[in-house]
Amino acid sequence: MAVNYEHIQHQLTEKFGSDLSFDTTQDGMLTVIMPAELNLKVIQFLYDHLHFHFLTDLTGVHYPEQTGKELAVVYHLHNLQDNVRLRLKLFVPVAQPDVFTLTKIYAGANWMERETYDFFGINFIGHPNLKRILNAEEMDYFPMRKEYTLEDPQRIDKDDEMFGR
Amino acid sequence: MPRPVQYNTNSKVKLVDLPEGYAGEGFYATSFDKVVGLARKNSLWPLPFATSCCGIEFMATMGSNYDLARFGSERMGFTPRQCDMLLVAGTISKKLGPILRQVYIQMAEPRWVVAIGACASTGGIFDSYSVLQGIDQVIPVDVYVPGCPPRPEGILDGILKLQELVGNESLRRRSSEQYKALMESYGIQ
Amino acid sequence: MEQNHIQLSEESLAKQTTTLNLGPTHPATHGVFQNIMEIDGERVLRTEPTIGYIHRAFEKIAERRPYYQITPLTDRLNYCSAPINNIGWHLTVEKLVGIQVPKRVDYLRILIMELARIADHLVCNSVIGVDTGALTGFTYMFQYREKIYEIFEGICGSRLTTNIGRFGGFERNFSQDVWDRIHKFLEDFPKAFEEFETLLNRNRIFMDRCIGAGPLSAEMALSYSVTGPNLRAAGVDYDVRVATPYCSYEDFDFKIPVGTTGDVYDRYLVRDREVWESLSIIRQVLDKLKDMDPSVYHADVPEFYLPDKKDVYTKMEALIYHFKIIMGETDILPGEIYHAVEGANGEVGYYLISDGGRSPYRLHFRRPCFIYYQIFPEIIKNGLLSDAIITLSSLNVIAGELDA
Repeated sequence: MAVNYEHIQHQLTEKFGSDLSFDTTQDGMLTVIMPAELNLKVIQFLYDHLHFHFLTDLTGVHYPEQTGKELAVVYHLHNLQDNVRLRLKLFVPVAQPDVFTLTKIYAGANWMERETYDFFGINFIGHPNLKRILNAEEMDYFPMRKEYTLEDPQRIDKDDEMFGR
Repeated sequence: MPRPVQYNTNSKVKLVDLPEGYAGEGFYATSFDKVVGLARKNSLWPLPFATSCCGIEFMATMGSNYDLARFGSERMGFTPRQCDMLLVAGTISKKLGPILRQVYIQMAEPRWVVAIGACASTGGIFDSYSVLQGIDQVIPVDVYVPGCPPRPEGILDGILKLQELVGNESLRRRSSEQYKALMESYGIQ
Repeated sequence: MEQNHIQLSEESLAKQTTTLNLGPTHPATHGVFQNIMEIDGERVLRTEPTIGYIHRAFEKIAERRPYYQITPLTDRLNYCSAPINNIGWHLTVEKLVGIQVPKRVDYLRILIMELARIADHLVCNSVIGVDTGALTGFTYMFQYREKIYEIFEGICGSRLTTNIGRFGGFERNFSQDVWDRIHKFLEDFPKAFEEFETLLNRNRIFMDRCIGAGPLSAEMALSYSVTGPNLRAAGVDYDVRVATPYCSYEDFDFKIPVGTTGDVYDRYLVRDREVWESLSIIRQVLDKLKDMDPSVYHADVPEFYLPDKKDVYTKMEALIYHFKIIMGETDILPGEIYHAVEGANGEVGYYLISDGGRSPYRLHFRRPCFIYYQIFPEIIKNGLLSDAIITLSSLNVIAGELDA
């Protein structure tokens, strides 16, 4: 049976029912929105039965307006045999941003999850080495969240009035 | 029977001008710091500290098209202990700042620093929380070369300006009060 | 005052191993990344990589800038082949907004991208030569990189970080000087590259050093999400240009070189063959361009592409479009998009979330070097230290793309 978006959607709804919802974005890619606890089960199912053996990307997004679902983790998977790409999203609240790690399924998720932790503060449960990777170890805030500015707040030699900030 | 030698009188090799002094039968008297300056400036050994894109332009400057070796910088020493001139090319982040300081401290006097590129001079286009806004926050700099990345001709121009500085430097500069105060302000002994 | 990051592990004193800090500033690591290695004589037992020494916060900066100002940021990701990143970004935004570019623009973009790919592979292969002791190839190949720089300079004015092209096409038509340089490059470069190949490809010393160093199996490569020449050297023929063709790549006929064991020699040969394939694509492009109208160099999208200056001074609509584009007030539709191009190191992906404003809501770069640098500790386990050095340079890790 050819693996295309209808087939994937059909299989996923059959297995997981109404926990998942679907969306299609401008590039024609199917997006699956799933609850945070089910991420391992859904992705294991996609790995075993639908041949999604390649994790293209793993990143996070911060939506400060959606209370209760501020932080999102976005996975991009790729089925190399049938050449199908898929996007999965899950939302977690900023008070308790716990997500299960994918390192057992895809070894490449290791550093991608560390980067997402470094930028957004999402705690990946079961990760072998969850430390900051790009920023300095001593940094105590998560810089990609929307409430923090781009520039270093301790900078004294730049005149904000002249630079319009 | 020795072969007659023909000297190449039409040579394009430029010779350096002699400093001012008194010449006589078998001697030439001039001041010491001019001679030392002349020797130093034409054989500056660079230490490339190339981090990002300016590093690739620096590699192009070292190549044969825009040869840096003709100005005396033939030997790239990659160890700070043996080099005079620290060429910082590329963005320096806050994580790398202490390491740059350590490399500078390991260099022996006399030492000069050239900041190549906008990122090394002032932080460049990256006005963000993780980029050091200019290496003069951590080490004293002699010449700044602007550009993003600067053309190899620009880098050569910067090194030639440094050569001017080196040639005219007084021998007592490194033990003077002003220099000591400068090092104190950076916290370097 | 000096920070001491290096700690000896407890077992190392018992096993009498040495901890070696292949520090962030080291001539053998072409870029700023650190490896703290535990070595037993010459064998590397374990290594712990630390990165982030050139983290410039691209993704945060991109949330502040209007769309066309993000192109210079994309340059500085993989700065050895900057045009590929630029054109990838333009393709992403064009896909989001729905701009159709004319065929000639697609073909010109392919020409530029393949030249950039050649430039990057030249750096990588000559650096593998340098790390095994062959410095001559480096000096000769950098001359040809200068020729490529001159071609880029004729089009966009800049050598290395090009900021080439605009949304919808190019900023100016290619001049006759640029075409002459491209033709001359296609005549001179193949001979020089053959000479470079005779130095290294079948050289006994080079082969003895490189064969068997740092092997990578296909399963491990796929599990670690490796893409690009490193994956192809391991045996998987995944190339974004063929899997999801963009920018009219489907009109061209080229092969994908694939290796078997994924060691340093295979990676060197894959990049070597890819240079020849890129040259063949460039020749096909020049062939196809002969029958096309030479005055077309951009799409007709006045909302994104700056109008001609003489129209700005005389016509009202052109003035308004010019103002809106420069002030960043053009309407980008809200939406979410992921677009990937085949960079010199693998799949460069752009994940863009737009909320209809003047700058992106979230822009994430899927950087191949960051993702495949994770395999370095695995593939050098129990290898010699000198093999670890050439493995590092054959992976072609570019620091700008590693840290963003």
